[in-house]
Amino acid sequence: MFSYCTDPDTLGTLRWFSCYLTTGVHWSFYVSFLKVLLLLAVTAPVALSFGFVGAMAARSHFPPLSWLGKGYIAIVRGVPDIAFFLFFVIALDQGFEWIRHKVLCPDWTDPVRQGNDFLVCQAAKLPLGTAPEWVHETYGFFLAVITFSIVFGAFAANVLFGGMRAVPHAQLETAEAYGMTRRQTFWRILVPQMWVYALPGLSNLWMVLIKATPLLFLLGIEDIVYWARELGGTKTSKFTQYPHGDWRMWYFLFLLIFYLGMTRVSELGLEKLMRRLSHGQATSGGELLRKETTA
Amino acid sequence: MSCLQTIQDYGLRSIGIGERLLPKTDFTLCEQFTLIGSGMIWNVYFGLMALATGFFLATALAVGKASQNKWLRKPSEWFIFLFRGSPLFIQFFFAYFFFLSLKKTYPLFDAFTSAWLGALIVLFLNTAAYSGEIFYGALRSIPKGDIEAADAYGMSGWSRFRRVVWPTMLRLAWPAYTNEAIFLFHATTLVFFSAFPAWQQRGDALYYASYFADKTFNPFIPYPILAFYFILMTLVVIWCFGLVNKRLNRHLPAAKKAKMRLRLNLAR
Repeated sequence: MFSYCTDPDTLGTLRWFSCYLTTGVHWSFYVSFLKVLLLLAVTAPVALSFGFVGAMAARSHFPPLSWLGKGYIAIVRGVPDIAFFLFFVIALDQGFEWIRHKVLCPDWTDPVRQGNDFLVCQAAKLPLGTAPEWVHETYGFFLAVITFSIVFGAFAANVLFGGMRAVPHAQLETAEAYGMTRRQTFWRILVPQMWVYALPGLSNLWMVLIKATPLLFLLGIEDIVYWARELGGTKTSKFTQYPHGDWRMWYFLFLLIFYLGMTRVSELGLEKLMRRLSHGQATSGGELLRKETTA
Repeated sequence: MSCLQTIQDYGLRSIGIGERLLPKTDFTLCEQFTLIGSGMIWNVYFGLMALATGFFLATALAVGKASQNKWLRKPSEWFIFLFRGSPLFIQFFFAYFFFLSLKKTYPLFDAFTSAWLGALIVLFLNTAAYSGEIFYGALRSIPKGDIEAADAYGMSGWSRFRRVVWPTMLRLAWPAYTNEAIFLFHATTLVFFSAFPAWQQRGDALYYASYFADKTFNPFIPYPILAFYFILMTLVVIWCFGLVNKRLNRHLPAAKKAKMRLRLNLAR
């Protein structure tokens, strides 16, 4: 990148590192960090809304809906999350293709599953075989986001369901005494108050989500783990030779530190948020805050 | 080929006993059940060994973190932060490449690069950190009266810890510790998906499940089988830990007994 990089004398000096760390492939490595942040930014709200819907379903008075919500919450408890990741990526892909197949090629008579193959008509392929590279990558990322949201939505549903139940019952009774309908009670009384009870669980979930991001690698995304392996290795599939030995250990040490930093920053941020939300609440945290300010 | 034959051939495949060649085509349900079940041996091995060894380090860490002495407290705090603050997946990768580079200079580390030892060490340290934090929390919520009573009886040091502090700590921490154990078993599925190689295709349950999913391109059979095994194992863990919980709480009146409630407080 720098002009002095073309000079062979820089090899063997410390300046060489500044050349090495700004090569084209390293920029791909840095961009993959943005992918992780993008995943976090997109997944967190989507998962939260999945969780909200799940929790609403679970406390519904209509039994089948409530079973659906509770089943969604329960299923992630017993099974390892990476099994879900591996499952949903294929299952979603096949699901989308199957629906498109049904819609786009109605006169196709062969079964979709033939032995070990999953065959849909050309027009139903997702993404289309003629699509450019970036469409494939975006589609893969899109699948990953949905997968993450489904799994973490279930975790969030569990937390929010608990938060909704933790709101003092007297509050809801008072609302009823004022003549509010069930819908009004839910949106005006329950929802604003549940966050402070749900926040410890949600902040925990955020930490778990951060720590789950390297699993993107398993979903076939060229993320930080992928690049750390590629760049650190002496020889890789794409590039034949690097001017260094096996540095994968150092690249992963860097990732380890990156994640430690992420969790530390989140810890501090969430602590601040908790203080703000506790303000004026009838909880021990709120009480502590009140004493601090009056003393 | 009958199902019994399949079980004989593949029942212990994951530890290298029986048929060497994995089935290549025409997978029967029986084959999938047998091989994925065979892989569970590794999950149980990693989970049990890490729990059994991690328990002691966790106790030490909790006591260290609660200690007044800065030289004991700081290292424990840092250890817990290091392992709880970073993803287990990255820890596996780092440990593997770390052992790999050690192996180049010292051949002694040869065994550490294989999953049975290397991954176990990572899981051991990881679960020790998570359980250490749980135990530390319990240690801080031991009723003051209990310790004062022990002092009044003239107990101090080791005997106070052994007879009063430690049992109470375990009793308070047990529901959360059960949770940790469940998630530890789930985390064992990461081993063969991080850098650790599955030598001669001897992998864990998820390794075989994804093998079948890749070959048949049909995720709807192997993954539910895997889910079945894991739900079964979760129930066994809950049952075993419930027995211990009962014993830890046996002196309390029935109404005060801490109910085992499963919460999703901790995961990696």
